[in-house]
Amino acid sequence: MSNKHAHHWVALHTLVTREIRRFIRIWPQTLLPPAITMTLYFIIFGNLIGSRIGNMGGFSYMEYIVPGIIMMAVINNAYANVASSFYSAKFQSHIEELIVAPVPNYLILAGYVAGGTARGLCVGLIVTIVSLFFTSLAIQHLWITISMVILSAVMFALGGFINAIYANSFDEISIIPTFILTPLTYLGGVFYSISLLPEFWQQVSLLNPILYMVNAFRFGMLGVSDIPVTAAFSIILVCIIGLTAFALYLLNKGTGIRH
Amino acid sequence: MTTTVQALTIQHLTKTYSNGLEALKGIDLHVEQGDFFALLGPNGAGKSTTIGIITSLITKTSGHVEIFDTDLDKYPEQAKAYLGLVPQEFNFNGFEKVKHILVTQAGYYGMPASKSEPRADELLRQLGLWDKRHTPARALSGGMKRRLMIARALVHKPQLLILDEPTAGVDIELRRSMWTFLREINAQGTTIILTTHYLEEAENLCRNIAIIDRGNIVEHTDMKSLLNRLDKETFILDLKTPLPTNFSLDGVHYQQLDDSTLEIELKRDDGLNNVFAQLSQQGIEVRSMKNKANRLEELFLTLVERSEATL
Repeated sequence: MSNKHAHHWVALHTLVTREIRRFIRIWPQTLLPPAITMTLYFIIFGNLIGSRIGNMGGFSYMEYIVPGIIMMAVINNAYANVASSFYSAKFQSHIEELIVAPVPNYLILAGYVAGGTARGLCVGLIVTIVSLFFTSLAIQHLWITISMVILSAVMFALGGFINAIYANSFDEISIIPTFILTPLTYLGGVFYSISLLPEFWQQVSLLNPILYMVNAFRFGMLGVSDIPVTAAFSIILVCIIGLTAFALYLLNKGTGIRH
Repeated sequence: MTTTVQALTIQHLTKTYSNGLEALKGIDLHVEQGDFFALLGPNGAGKSTTIGIITSLITKTSGHVEIFDTDLDKYPEQAKAYLGLVPQEFNFNGFEKVKHILVTQAGYYGMPASKSEPRADELLRQLGLWDKRHTPARALSGGMKRRLMIARALVHKPQLLILDEPTAGVDIELRRSMWTFLREINAQGTTIILTTHYLEEAENLCRNIAIIDRGNIVEHTDMKSLLNRLDKETFILDLKTPLPTNFSLDGVHYQQLDDSTLEIELKRDDGLNNVFAQLSQQGIEVRSMKNKANRLEELFLTLVERSEATL
């Protein structure tokens, strides 16, 4: 490994370690709340209401919503981690430590996105463990499940990064999760199959990228999906490439971090 | 023939902010390797903008910056690797522990933990922060935070250290100990650029100086030549006995501060012999004498006033 690459590797390792250490240090804010919230979803939607709904897609309602709830937790936490960490670094000005140092912009982006992805996956694992108290899980397509959850976490970590670049206050890092991400998640087939919707709303739902993630992930776990899995992978990869290019453009331009 | 290595070369540097403020109007600056260099100027003169551009925190409008002959635009990583920055404001993560901050910063410069941990320990001891190494940075006192920022800037052994008002708000004792520390690292070969509001600090520490005002360099020379330009100096004389009522000094501008203290102002070419001769004739003995306050301050004000007058 060349000297330059060795330096880059150490810098990336440092940044990712710092990000992971951050969300572990504040685990009551980062890891505990999703475990509690998702437990409530399982109890209320899965057990209490789900028992009256009956089967969906050939599975019990509890089995049907587990993949969606795991994916919802992954998406929200990957996004929130990068948005809050990067914005805090801006707010406390310690982002300057990175800007002054010989760390290329793509490594800064990679470090934050890896940190967000790590939190998303960590929370996903916690929620999966919680779900085992309510139902048994049998994964049908392991690699589809794993690759979809990682790609989704990466995609939303990138979204959180861009949000944090533009944010000028803590309020501005909660606007998109509250008004865009949460509605899209709830309407993204977490709790229902879009086949239950009228034709028009099925077509509208297809514009929601979260629908593809939830369904592809559900396909990996249960083997059922409302959409073709290849379409889901294609859309997510295009989104990741687009968001990465845009985030790098903003970083190179210095938007939100340099005067 | 020896070639002088330039630690910093700035050519025609301009910066106009989005609100239209022209912070730098085409400055040129050069700092030699091993120098202890002062960049002085009143508030809003362009000092922090200049440092911000050198350290990539601010995007320049036009111009050219080289650090150890490495173009900052073409080879930003190589150029940045030479730099260490002690900014004006505290800019570390207050929730992180002191040693973590140093090791993390070293990591950004590619130093693995096997090297950065002993280096961090060394700096923490040198700067009196060893006992606080496991304390979150936000719990440190103001002086300790300032020292932490110096340690952080030095952890990767930079060749060019930039200090933006490092002793602002620091008590005299700590300021003096920081001066000693900075002199030591400069003697070991680190080039230092210092901005400060304490002109006494620049006069004591720095060999070369640039004065910036309203985005222009109004002076760029060595400290000695600059101080030599003073055409008058003021001395305070502490006398052994109270002054007699009929006391006078012919041909000397003076002021009696109290019964036994005299302030005298002399032109640069006038010696002190005439003053001492007159005092001696009147039976007055001098216990001690000191140069009044800060000579650089007088020059600084003169240069800045001249810069204002040319606008």
